[in-house]
Amino acid sequence: MVRRIGPFLFAFAIAVALIGAPRPWARGLPTIAAASDLQFALGEVAEAFTEETGRQVKLIFGSSGNFYRQIQQGAPFHMYLSADEEFVLDLAKKGFTPDRGALYAIGRIVIITPHGSPLKPDGGLKHLGAALRDGWLRKFAIANPDHAPYGRRAEEALRHAGLWDALRGKLVLGENVSQAAQFATSGSAQGGIIAHSLALSPNVSKLGTFAPIPQSWHKPLRQRMALLKGANDTARRFYGFMREPGGRAILRRHGFVLPGGTR
Amino acid sequence: MDWEALWLSVRLGGLSVLILVPIAIVVGRWLAVTAASGKSLIEASLALPLVLPPTVLGFYLLVAFGAGSWVGRLWQDVFGHTLVFTFEGLLIASIIVNIPFAVQPIQRAFEAISPDLREAAACCGLSWWRSLWRIELPLAWPGILTGMVLTFAHTLGEFGVVLMVGGSIPGETRTIAIAIYDRVQAFDEASAGKMAAVLLLISLVTITLSYLLTQRVRRRHD
Repeated sequence: MVRRIGPFLFAFAIAVALIGAPRPWARGLPTIAAASDLQFALGEVAEAFTEETGRQVKLIFGSSGNFYRQIQQGAPFHMYLSADEEFVLDLAKKGFTPDRGALYAIGRIVIITPHGSPLKPDGGLKHLGAALRDGWLRKFAIANPDHAPYGRRAEEALRHAGLWDALRGKLVLGENVSQAAQFATSGSAQGGIIAHSLALSPNVSKLGTFAPIPQSWHKPLRQRMALLKGANDTARRFYGFMREPGGRAILRRHGFVLPGGTR
Repeated sequence: MDWEALWLSVRLGGLSVLILVPIAIVVGRWLAVTAASGKSLIEASLALPLVLPPTVLGFYLLVAFGAGSWVGRLWQDVFGHTLVFTFEGLLIASIIVNIPFAVQPIQRAFEAISPDLREAAACCGLSWWRSLWRIELPLAWPGILTGMVLTFAHTLGEFGVVLMVGGSIPGETRTIAIAIYDRVQAFDEASAGKMAAVLLLISLVTITLSYLLTQRVRRRHD
């Protein structure tokens, strides 16, 4: 009899162990979903926050549009930092956030080219135009304009320069601006349009050179954040920390333009 | 190195095996002997996760389990949180995508058992249950083992479905495959490389072990 039920007991024991195993890493830390242009800046803000308060947060980076969709499907995030304020304002309208949140930064876009690329990084995109006319441009990376704010702004800038239609067939689209940066600097594309904050980070800046694109060429990248329903105390304090001088200084150092007030 | 993500993947794989394999044994055994008219359609449906892109599966799971669906709402009423973006949701998704990986090898193993043997067992007065337990399961064991290993290994490697229904929440839905993707996006190639190497090693060891065990079982039967 023991032999017969032995394997069942064994399997049952493993199941209990796997389900009930303590999750030593998950200590109820609030999860914060952030636009991927904050990949490096927000990590630093979180470190400063932990140093000051002794509290920790979990950061997830991705495309603002994807987070917007996931939040509506019930993703258990405590706070959402979007690269496009429209997403936050829409969530507020639909009742997913307690208020309209706060503007925390204005993003900028840059053209970046990897070392050894024949394309010169010039903010006026003149050389990009020449490359298209002469037909030697093969691939150019931007974030997906369908759902990534930086992709939308890149499209607007390219339309402003009159290059969009000629460039369309050469585009490689990153799922978010961080992946676009990956593509743009990999050497497989001749360049790309990415977030200033990413271009400034040591990991990216060692791979290429960049130049800012005039802000008047595209709609402003007004980046808004909001607490979500169910945000805990730590998330609230982090939200506050983002608007304090300490948090703002880090954002500024990472290439963001800071909004004047804390509307 | 993201140990949390690795442990999460191992737990997900282990639980998928424990839940799916008993079901696959029952279904595989039935499919092996049945002459039901809809058999081909049932087999085709069970094989679907093999050919459908993970994005299609992920999309359907998101729609079926999301906060807008009745399954999602029921789950939320009972457990107080959503099914998508949780470990439990990931586990259900993992079980569904692994159905063909578990059922097919097990069904083949039962099919390889001669009907004469089953009849002989019945003639000797063995009940259905005793016949399964004493005669068929030991003979089908290599197939069952293959199903277990494939399910486990495939769970470790699953990416697309997890990306769609998981949401990369550390300690909850960030599997090792997703963690590698995240590290690459963060330009952290050192960590990505380390994790990729660990995953490669684990996969190789798991599959080698299964081949060794299968060989030994076969030799014992010959």
